[in-house]
Amino acid sequence: MSLYLVGIDGSSGGERALEAAADLAQRSGAELLITYVIAWSPFSFSTPEENAERHRRREQELSIAREKLLEPVSRRLTEQGIKLQVSVTHGHPARTLLNLADQHQASMIIIGRSGDTPLKTRFFGGTAAALTQSATCPVVIVP
Amino acid sequence: MTATRIGWMIATLAGLMATNSAHAALDDVIDRAISPLSDALSAAIFYEIPLPFVDQGVPFIVAWLVVAAVVFTIYFGFINLRAMKHAFGLIRGRYTPPDAVGEVTHFQALATALSGTVGLGNIAGVAIAVSLGGPGATFWMILAGLLSMSTKFAECTLGVKYRNEYADGTVSGGPMYYLSKGVAEQYPSLKLFGKLLAVVFAVFCIGGAIGAGAMFQTNQAFSQLVNVTGGETSPLNGYGWLFGLAIAFLVGMVIIGGIKSIARVTAKIVPTMAVIYVVAGLTVILFNIDQVPAAFGMIIQGAFQPEGVAGGLIGVLILGFRRAAFSNEAGVGSAAIAHSAVRTDKPVTEGLVALYEPFVDTVVICTITALVIIITGSLVGSEGIAGVELTSRAFESAISWFPLVLLVAVLLFAFSTTIAWSYYGLKSWTYLVGEGKNKELLFKFAVLPSIVVGASINLTSVMDFADGMILAMALPNLIGVYLLAPVVKRELKAYWSDYKAGRLPTYD
Repeated sequence: MSLYLVGIDGSSGGERALEAAADLAQRSGAELLITYVIAWSPFSFSTPEENAERHRRREQELSIAREKLLEPVSRRLTEQGIKLQVSVTHGHPARTLLNLADQHQASMIIIGRSGDTPLKTRFFGGTAAALTQSATCPVVIVP
Repeated sequence: MTATRIGWMIATLAGLMATNSAHAALDDVIDRAISPLSDALSAAIFYEIPLPFVDQGVPFIVAWLVVAAVVFTIYFGFINLRAMKHAFGLIRGRYTPPDAVGEVTHFQALATALSGTVGLGNIAGVAIAVSLGGPGATFWMILAGLLSMSTKFAECTLGVKYRNEYADGTVSGGPMYYLSKGVAEQYPSLKLFGKLLAVVFAVFCIGGAIGAGAMFQTNQAFSQLVNVTGGETSPLNGYGWLFGLAIAFLVGMVIIGGIKSIARVTAKIVPTMAVIYVVAGLTVILFNIDQVPAAFGMIIQGAFQPEGVAGGLIGVLILGFRRAAFSNEAGVGSAAIAHSAVRTDKPVTEGLVALYEPFVDTVVICTITALVIIITGSLVGSEGIAGVELTSRAFESAISWFPLVLLVAVLLFAFSTTIAWSYYGLKSWTYLVGEGKNKELLFKFAVLPSIVVGASINLTSVMDFADGMILAMALPNLIGVYLLAPVVKRELKAYWSDYKAGRLPTYD
């Protein structure tokens, strides 16, 4: 059975990507892997106080993402009869999505076009752009 | 609400400092209160141990730190040299399992600790060493930097091993914890002694945080500000209290107001400034590449056959060692507090990563400063100029607008060092009185006025006191590290044989 990887980030763009993914999954019977990547870099700079609290912060970020974002989505789509898994993790958004797609042998990646701030997109290129350049499977970008 | 509270407090302070008479009186009161204490402390810490055959004695604390660095370098089998490659792999994240994403990485712990040590010592301290001891002081500084890597390795390993991990996921670590928990675990009969060492360390650390962290940093930053804006004729001259208030307000916003964005911005800008400084230094060196061999010749020759330096070879050696110790703080124990936040189940790994702290701080950055000063010929005719001014002049002769960049760097380094030290002081404070919001607030409020005082007055006694406090931390700390060195050696042996046998999983 094929699996579609969906990247969401709490933005309206991510929400639209999710709708499109749900629609495609319902038609093809594919399974969805809905992923929220919390942007994080192992090479960022932080204060000693932030470091001391980092582990707690991390757990908080994960549980908020699960409870506020992924669980409601998961409930809603399951009711629509869509088979799905969810995952939340820290990391570089594009790289993490690519890794997940490889790991789960996703047949398609679905992602919203805008999620990053315009400035960030201008300087570093958006997540969507990075995915289209390096993904090994089809990428659907939802405007 | 907190902001208004800080504002109110600062307004009160402003009132206190506004009149000149109050200013002078405060000056006097503080001076008289601190003098006896600081004199006694300085006399003990800087007590000159006489040496045979030469006039020059070695200040006790310098000998204390250097002996420890040599002992640990030998005891751990030159870990400072043989582990550099592996430590780099650790920093790169080669040995960090992928499920640790989002946790404090080796890189982050190292970068945080570095932003607490890279600062005035690298810019001003080196200039002092070179202007007093000639180019040769650089050689001994580099050697001391290399040796003190082993001390840093030992204390940071212990910091992680004996840290407290609380149920809510936060961690507290540092010498207070290994001195009490570690010593009690290894030497049950010395339990009380370990506790005593921990308490003494915590008291010195609080003094260091307030004196050297808050007062000294702001004081030096302001003097550079005055220098760049015209020295004696600077319109800012005499307005130190105003500068102090501004810095105190910013620091208050961070440590009391919990305005994370300021801290985060600083945490990002400070490494950038350090990189700019290094790149600028390398540029100056590259432009004068033909003089580099001669400069190294001067450094080597000056190290062994110094001319016109008080105390001769020993005098130069002490100057270099002393500045290295002041700059990288190895043996002082402060870095162990910052390093202990890393997420790892192998304490040795963080110790190995910490090897890079004295390396970057002293061997790389201090050497660049020294080379720039020597190559640009700024030493010639530099009588009466020392510290930041000399470094500033050296850079200016190659890059005319650089003193401004240097000013920004000094301001930012001073700010970040104050924040880092206030955290070290806070951890020591909570170790003594227990954790709790109100207790923490009490300490944080004590830090702010000392910033204002540090900027507005020029008390040698306060500064001596601050220096003494920081270096005094090395007394209880190193006694503990000597006692616990066998623990570090055991851990290192087990870890190193795993590494050599290829039993450590790699991820890249």
